[in-house]
Amino acid sequence: MSSDVKTTTVDSKPEVKSPPPKPAAKKTEEKPVELPAFEKSISDKIIEKFGDKVEVGFVKEDRIRINVGKEDVHNVAEFIRDGLNYDHVESVSGVDYPQDNEIEVVYHIGSYSDSSLARQILVLATRAQRETNPIPGNDATKLPTLRDVFYSVEFHEREVFEMLGVFFEGHPDNRRLLLPEDWADLPPLRKDFAIKGR
Amino acid sequence: MTNELPPGLALRKVDERIMTLNVGPQHPGSGHMRIIVQIDGDYIVACDPDPGYVHRGEEKMAEYRNYILNIPHLERPVIHDSCNVLYPYVLGVEELLGIEVPERAKYVRVIASELNRCIYIMYWLAIYGIFLGHSTMFMWPAGDRELLIDLMEKMTGARVTHAHFVPGGVRNDLPPNFEDVCLRHVNYFEKRIKEYAAVFYDNPILIARTRDTGVLSRQDAIRFGTTGSVLRASGVDYDLRKKEPYDVYDELDVHTNVMKEGDSYARSRIPWLDMLESCNIIRQALQKMPKSGSVRVKLKPNPKGKGFDTVYKRVESGRGSLGCYIVSDGKPEPYRVKLSVPSFRNLVALPNLLRGEKLGNMPSVYWSLNYWPVEADR
Repeated sequence: MSSDVKTTTVDSKPEVKSPPPKPAAKKTEEKPVELPAFEKSISDKIIEKFGDKVEVGFVKEDRIRINVGKEDVHNVAEFIRDGLNYDHVESVSGVDYPQDNEIEVVYHIGSYSDSSLARQILVLATRAQRETNPIPGNDATKLPTLRDVFYSVEFHEREVFEMLGVFFEGHPDNRRLLLPEDWADLPPLRKDFAIKGR
Repeated sequence: MTNELPPGLALRKVDERIMTLNVGPQHPGSGHMRIIVQIDGDYIVACDPDPGYVHRGEEKMAEYRNYILNIPHLERPVIHDSCNVLYPYVLGVEELLGIEVPERAKYVRVIASELNRCIYIMYWLAIYGIFLGHSTMFMWPAGDRELLIDLMEKMTGARVTHAHFVPGGVRNDLPPNFEDVCLRHVNYFEKRIKEYAAVFYDNPILIARTRDTGVLSRQDAIRFGTTGSVLRASGVDYDLRKKEPYDVYDELDVHTNVMKEGDSYARSRIPWLDMLESCNIIRQALQKMPKSGSVRVKLKPNPKGKGFDTVYKRVESGRGSLGCYIVSDGKPEPYRVKLSVPSFRNLVALPNLLRGEKLGNMPSVYWSLNYWPVEADR
């Protein structure tokens, strides 16, 4: 992709000069990857606390991903809030993986109160069992809610519930949010819900 | 099948005091959103926001189109702020594909994004004015934003929904003489919006209606995960242009506007201060921008990511931090696109702000959240 970079001439300019050599897309050399130190220290704290219950998905600049089973997600989230000073959830996304028979719920957690974490996003991912014929709320697709840890997930978790059918146990207000009240089809963001005409 | 009626339609035992009111979802009053309020006399005791009347399924549609075809429809949630809505998606795709953007394109993006921010805020300000019964404040911003819309039309060819940002740069270079016209318009625009202070922000009627209504404490603003003008009006100094600079924001001098009061007045004033700051940023960008050079890296048709990968990018839009989470599985279409939008995040604060307020204060509190119903629905 990055190898066939061409320069585009600009025809709306009054005097067309030959475009100067533009910064070529850098070819990243295969070096032993150096993990960013600050991000590594955060992920190390989580590993130290929870051992092999958690798995580090990646450590990139400003982004850390932690995969955790659904039994431990509540404890890990509490540690992230109390031990690491993260204070709000920016986004909760559900991703459907029918081939694994699982639905992944991804929390993007940030911090306002700790200025050293202002750039950081901690990605906390957990997976729920997926049912082929879902009955949202009444089947095995369930996760513990993080609403009591992070208040900010309130509407996000309601959205994930109606869009993917993941029921959050302990959420005080598990109602529909965006879909019509008479929606009786599959949860629409599942992969087996097809758009008409596609 | 239960006999339970959906919220808002449910018949309640009529108590002597508590009455349930549906505000919306017709446009006058709330935008395309319904707010179910329960009132005791003149006071709101509970409030249940019910978004979802313009739900379009942008995220689902994005899974069926390739990375480039997604551009025109992903900007639809906020057509007045279309460059900023698209920005995190474009940054994310660039990271997935490993594209380096030319320097000039980055500056063009910053200018377009700041112009769009002003256009959006002017529209919001017009609505805020008219819902407080101040029709001058509807006419003036609606008229003055035409100046900037004309600039965007010169730059992109479209007055709204520009589809100007593409992975690898922007679609077209600036037209000839754009810099001079832009500087002239922005200078006039700045002079013009400074006049709003006398008419609107120093107006005793506005102050009486917005001061100390819907107070959001600093602690709550953080706990609810609010963002943008709502957060900064509550005294949290957080602006992604400064905290996590993308493109060339780290080379520009960006000042973050913060107020401590956390009431409707502070929330309505912060966007106006942001517009003045945007004018400064545009002037700096025009000065520092390379005068010539490419604005777009040419891509292969139908670009794909390299195997399974995820990326989360965020930018500061007219309403606050706007994130985009892209999951790629190596196909030309994204596996999942999730927009984390500021309106939806700020909505969590609304029930807590309205509880205990008078019903008459509802418009001033609700619209001060800088809320855009279509964006919350996506």
